[in-house]
Amino acid sequence: MIDTSSAAGQIDLGGSLLTGSGKPFDRRKRLFVMNRLFRYVCIACAAFVCLILFLILLLMFRTGVLTFGDVSFSEFFLSAEWSPETEQYGALLFIFGTFALTLLTLMISVPLSLLIAVFLSTFIPAWLKNVLRPVMDLLVGIPSVVYGYLGLTVLIPIIRDVTGTGMGDGLLAAALVLTIMVLPTISRISDDSISAVPKKFSDASYALGATRFQTVWKVLIPSARSGIMYAVILGMARAIGETMAVVMVIGNTPQIADSLLKPTSVLTSNIVMQIANVPFDSTWNYALYLMGFLLLAISLLMIVGVRWLQRKGAQQ
Amino acid sequence: MSKLNITTADRNPFSGKRGMNSFNNRVFTILVWTLGIAVVLFILGLLFLILKDGLPKLSWSFLFGLPSEIDEGGGIGPALLNSFYILFLSLVIAIPLGMAAGIYLAEFAPDNKLISFVRICVEGLASVPSIIFGLFGIALFVEMFDLGLTILGGAVSLAFLNLPVLTRVTEESIRSVPKELKNASFALGATHLQTIIRALIPAAMNGIITGICLVAGRAFGESAVIILTAGVTTSGEMWDFSLFSPGETLAVHLWYVQSEAIVPDAQDIAQKSAAVLVFFVLLINLVFRIPLWLNSRRMTR
Repeated sequence: MIDTSSAAGQIDLGGSLLTGSGKPFDRRKRLFVMNRLFRYVCIACAAFVCLILFLILLLMFRTGVLTFGDVSFSEFFLSAEWSPETEQYGALLFIFGTFALTLLTLMISVPLSLLIAVFLSTFIPAWLKNVLRPVMDLLVGIPSVVYGYLGLTVLIPIIRDVTGTGMGDGLLAAALVLTIMVLPTISRISDDSISAVPKKFSDASYALGATRFQTVWKVLIPSARSGIMYAVILGMARAIGETMAVVMVIGNTPQIADSLLKPTSVLTSNIVMQIANVPFDSTWNYALYLMGFLLLAISLLMIVGVRWLQRKGAQQ
Repeated sequence: MSKLNITTADRNPFSGKRGMNSFNNRVFTILVWTLGIAVVLFILGLLFLILKDGLPKLSWSFLFGLPSEIDEGGGIGPALLNSFYILFLSLVIAIPLGMAAGIYLAEFAPDNKLISFVRICVEGLASVPSIIFGLFGIALFVEMFDLGLTILGGAVSLAFLNLPVLTRVTEESIRSVPKELKNASFALGATHLQTIIRALIPAAMNGIITGICLVAGRAFGESAVIILTAGVTTSGEMWDFSLFSPGETLAVHLWYVQSEAIVPDAQDIAQKSAAVLVFFVLLINLVFRIPLWLNSRRMTR
């Protein structure tokens, strides 16, 4: 592993100081310089990652805030009239759409994923677990356009048949597609956190005569609570930020969704559908960037929430 | 003991609840089993559904042919090529940067407020929706550098998307390497750099490769970023490696054909593209994991 001929002198753990006096560019010196250099390169890279985040925040904010030159604050957030052709930039319907879609997705996916997490962590034997976990991971890997494509070609005709409506695209279709997409995320992380509950907890519960249902419901899930919350927030972040799968099934019509089957639009789908057709220096484009900034702010807030949960979990 | 139990149970005023409990338990057990099996069948069915319609119809002329705007029989050649090209470029950019940042956080970083802030930044960047990277790419490459929609812009934006994931994965896998390994390397007189390169990274390789595989699959299937930064057209030539030509990838092509194109066989192309896309994503997962599997076999033996 390490060259035995390197008599690298006295070494602090990790410090590797040059103590002897060798030739100007002997091996020792080279190692020392490389060591130092590597450290600086690493620092620069870490700084670069942070820099990207701030650059994104700055660019989105700087472009987005220009919207308010032409549109009032209250119009943007409180009006649901989005018709840039006639200078009306009310984003309420997209914000509402995003929240409604996320809520609906979570309402379907959280109970389902919790049951699957319980199935994976407590019901099945270890060998089956080792087979099923990678299968769940496969679902995460399938590209989102493929989900959108399947939603468009398989799910929407089914919705059309079942409900008897003409269109079929809307919040319901989008929420079902998103459910399939966030299901593996939420259930795998919940599975991990349920598996991490000390075995003595469930043993104690069984010893008290509790059934498996009672053990899962009253002991395992409460103990794994912070991990499950973390999973739900991650799933939520994915649902809010998902673009292509939603674009293909939501209908892309700027109207507020007062029914599950009405074509509507959300923040992400509206950005991706319109950004290519607008000039960069227009209020329309600024409004799209402002919507992007909103998405960014929401997702960063969620991360702060996750950190807070983790700290709370660590304190317990 | 058991006899005692039964007699107390008989006198137990709550014995009615017992039947309820076992009923609940049975319902719960049946529910979870059904759901578990249904989900597994659903996943396999989904994969089968995607692959069965597309894979048998594939031909070389489809895989390497040029796409057409009006006539039937267009291929996906340039889009497929761009997919791999952009994937390769983005990995070349993201892997060194992401790994170096991860190594810094795991090995060099002091434990203070600033570094925990850096960690939050990395985590925050990892959760930024992909479309934001697309908007960022437009603002940076299309507006600021005035390049237009290019492969370069797409690859760099995609690399930014993958960077924080790689950083986190590297940090976590290096942290999970046993401390003895590191101390042993120091005790042999290795410098910190030698320790990292020869001892820590090989030991953390499993985790890092899993992360790279995750990121590669995501980059291969990513479409929102590519639509915004590399466009929905190709240069129309095969084997075009120019960094400054528009770079529609296969995932984008699937969306474009399905929702915007006017070719009569759009449905057919979409089916086949979806199958190819999923096939390659599965392949990436498999190819990356085989050495890993061999590695773990070697380690355990």
